[in-house]
Amino acid sequence: MISLKVNGVDRNFDGSPDMPLLWYLRDVLKLTGTKFSCGQGLCGACTVHINGAAMRSCVTPMKAAAGKSITTIEGLSANGDHPVQKAWKDVNVPQCGYCQPGQIMQAASLLKKTPKPTDAQIDSAMRGNICRCGTYPRIRTAIQLAAKVMA
Amino acid sequence: MTTHDRIQAVSRRGFLEGIFSAGALIIGATPAALLAGEADKAAWHPSVYLGLQKDGTVIIVAHRSEMGTGIRSVLPVIVADELEADWAKVKIEQAVGDEKYGSQNTDGSCSIRDFAEAMHTAGASARMVLERAAAQKWGVPVAQVKAANHFVTGPAGQKAGYGELVEIAAKLPLPKAAEVKRKDPATYRYIGKELPTIDRDNLVMGKGTFGYDAEMPGMVYAAIERPPVMGATLASVDDSEAKKVAGVKQTVKLDGLTQPYLFQALGGVAVIADNTWSAFEGRKKLKATWNHGPNAAYDSEAYKAKLLETAAKPQKVVRKAGDVDAVFAKGGKTHEASYYVPLLAHAAMEPPAAVASFENGKVITHAPTQNPQAVQEAVSAALGMKKQDVICHVTLLGGGFGRKSKPDYVVEAAKLSKAVGKPVKVVWNREDDLRFDYFHSVAGMYMKAAIGADGQPTAWLQRSVFPSIGNMFAKDSKYGADFEMGMGWIDNPFSIANFRAENGPADCHVRIGWMRSVSHVYHAFATHSFVDELAAQANADRVNYYMKLIGAGRVIDADIVKQGALHKPDKRFPIDTARLRRVLEVCASRSNWANKKSGGGKGYGIVAHRSFLSYIAAMVEVEVDSAGKVKIPRVTYAIDPGRVINPDRVKSQFEGAAVFGTSIAMLGEMTAKGGVIQQKNFDTYPVARIDEAPRVVDVHIVPSSAPPAGVGEPGVPPIAPALCNAIFAATGKRIRELPLRKAKLV
Repeated sequence: MISLKVNGVDRNFDGSPDMPLLWYLRDVLKLTGTKFSCGQGLCGACTVHINGAAMRSCVTPMKAAAGKSITTIEGLSANGDHPVQKAWKDVNVPQCGYCQPGQIMQAASLLKKTPKPTDAQIDSAMRGNICRCGTYPRIRTAIQLAAKVMA
Repeated sequence: MTTHDRIQAVSRRGFLEGIFSAGALIIGATPAALLAGEADKAAWHPSVYLGLQKDGTVIIVAHRSEMGTGIRSVLPVIVADELEADWAKVKIEQAVGDEKYGSQNTDGSCSIRDFAEAMHTAGASARMVLERAAAQKWGVPVAQVKAANHFVTGPAGQKAGYGELVEIAAKLPLPKAAEVKRKDPATYRYIGKELPTIDRDNLVMGKGTFGYDAEMPGMVYAAIERPPVMGATLASVDDSEAKKVAGVKQTVKLDGLTQPYLFQALGGVAVIADNTWSAFEGRKKLKATWNHGPNAAYDSEAYKAKLLETAAKPQKVVRKAGDVDAVFAKGGKTHEASYYVPLLAHAAMEPPAAVASFENGKVITHAPTQNPQAVQEAVSAALGMKKQDVICHVTLLGGGFGRKSKPDYVVEAAKLSKAVGKPVKVVWNREDDLRFDYFHSVAGMYMKAAIGADGQPTAWLQRSVFPSIGNMFAKDSKYGADFEMGMGWIDNPFSIANFRAENGPADCHVRIGWMRSVSHVYHAFATHSFVDELAAQANADRVNYYMKLIGAGRVIDADIVKQGALHKPDKRFPIDTARLRRVLEVCASRSNWANKKSGGGKGYGIVAHRSFLSYIAAMVEVEVDSAGKVKIPRVTYAIDPGRVINPDRVKSQFEGAAVFGTSIAMLGEMTAKGGVIQQKNFDTYPVARIDEAPRVVDVHIVPSSAPPAGVGEPGVPPIAPALCNAIFAATGKRIRELPLRKAKLV
């Protein structure tokens, strides 16, 4: 039995300890905001916070999540009003939107650690998150806007 | 020719019943341009549906798929504006697949182009009938009432909400097409404004429902081991280890496909499980062997050599003016070059997925599809049922780029549901998505020009060779289809007296399909790289050189037709070189081209290209560091896509196209050995990341009163040539083969 906290709620899981956290979130808890895309930690679509740090849930087995506190996009804010989400709306970042929960979780984690990121710091924190629609210029603008608001 | 959109009140019976309430005023409209042949049909099928409910809610049916362009928000904005509706009271319902909507294929950058006019007409007609209803209610002349922001007001201060007027309005005749009076554009409240999409807020909360998120009660999950080589057949399978994986319920064999491939399922062995991960794990444990068949001879290196060899020899003429050979025979100065663009994969962030339920002879599916009617056709053909018995609900698409207009994955879900007697969700992983794509065609091009005293070409020969998309629809389609020739090849707008376009034959060993901007990708790369080579030899300013090459502003359709081109230009959208010149001018001025001096590791490239009936110029700026690695600080676009409904969503399409084009130019290549695709994930098929993408993308919309044209695709074609031209300007190194990664420039 694996115990963990997801978006503030205590949960127990008695399935395979090797199941990636992503599929527990999506198929078991039906928290489908966290997305599957590459399955190997190469694209960032599945990014969640584990004990506050941005991690790839597709390569995090349940046994590694035991005892941890997980935050998904659904738990980042109740009404989509986290400063990063607000900036994403102000800049109209999403196109198809599939990668955006992962981008937002990654950006929120960046700004927590580095409240005023340089361009190079944005590159290095965000380069693990692919957006095939190509919203990168707006992602950069939105991160800078959120940094300003949060300062 | 029909000049008016057809519009009339329609009944909510049948397929509209689930959308509109009883008593609603429902209006259907068909764009005039799509009415051709309509008279032959027994029943009229409007594409646009607009309903006014008694509670004042305006319901607009979105019959196009949402894959990130904003289309299902942008088209309804036109209706709402013409109707003088309050946008907050507008509800958008996603249509299921049904031929009653006319074409729903969200592809080819045509949604605004084909449907904007009918949206205007539908909205304006509804506004007029509401005004007539109010005039009747108050017993005043209709000229004395006015609709504004969801209310109609009268001369004595009367005021009625739209909902209150529905009952009367529903009994009144709609205005005749010729009577429909649209709003004065100066009074638009939503058109031309940067309204957010209806999906934006959900998307930043992770609440949008994509195909991968769709569920049906009692569903099971299926991962499929597919034939590793196109057309391979299953020799044997041992599923004993697969069945031991916790959560795995059973395995199912799926038949292979037959020619023509169309959108059939590829076949293979499916592992059915009670969650996604178990299906994936079980599938890894399958031991399948295959008879690889003739396509096992496919080796992409050898294939490339053959393409270029074919391109080097005379081939089928697809457009011809003057006498190119006679000029070449004179023995003056000539220049020639060959270009190559590899096989590419779409790689949308959401891999294909679909859930389907087969029950009582009917299929219900929820799928991320660009073309729900193609789902109906492909599923019904596979299962031997009637099209109408396939109900396709369209989810949001996690990217499409052309891949998701081919519904093979939905066919898989439907076949498996029939086999296991439960709803089945088919889940593709990234490896499946890359290996079993309908690939963007690999292409080889050969170009030759004779050069006059002024450095301009006096004769121009262009030859392209690629496996045609036509192969999916007819076996052994060796030559490019007309529509492929019409994309950046026979529609060449240059003013050259002696011109010949040719196309050579190629075999097809994988599935080929259209990807964002299709044949323009390779045709534009060869054309505009070659222009830059000629301009470099003439030591000419590139903008001046282009202007001379394009020649005076004129419409060139008749010339092209006279020159025997098979693919005729679209009469509604003539090829107007004045518009091409204009975007180039604006791009040059906005990017400060005249003062850009390449050198010191910096370089600038500029390209003007017409595609999807829009006119685009792009300037790409590069920096090449001491290690020879390329960065793109800026891309400047000047675009004329005709009238624009939502400038922000137009700009976003070009921003994205600059990134998509960067991936093509710098990174993407699929290869095959023994018929097996070698790339499996983003490590071996890289796409642009934030630090590789252009840092800034400026998009300047050139004001235009022309009818709306394409926006989703036209930003892609200029990027690869403009980027390579900029690299030449910075380094003197000429790139004739993509991607740049192979030349160690990334």
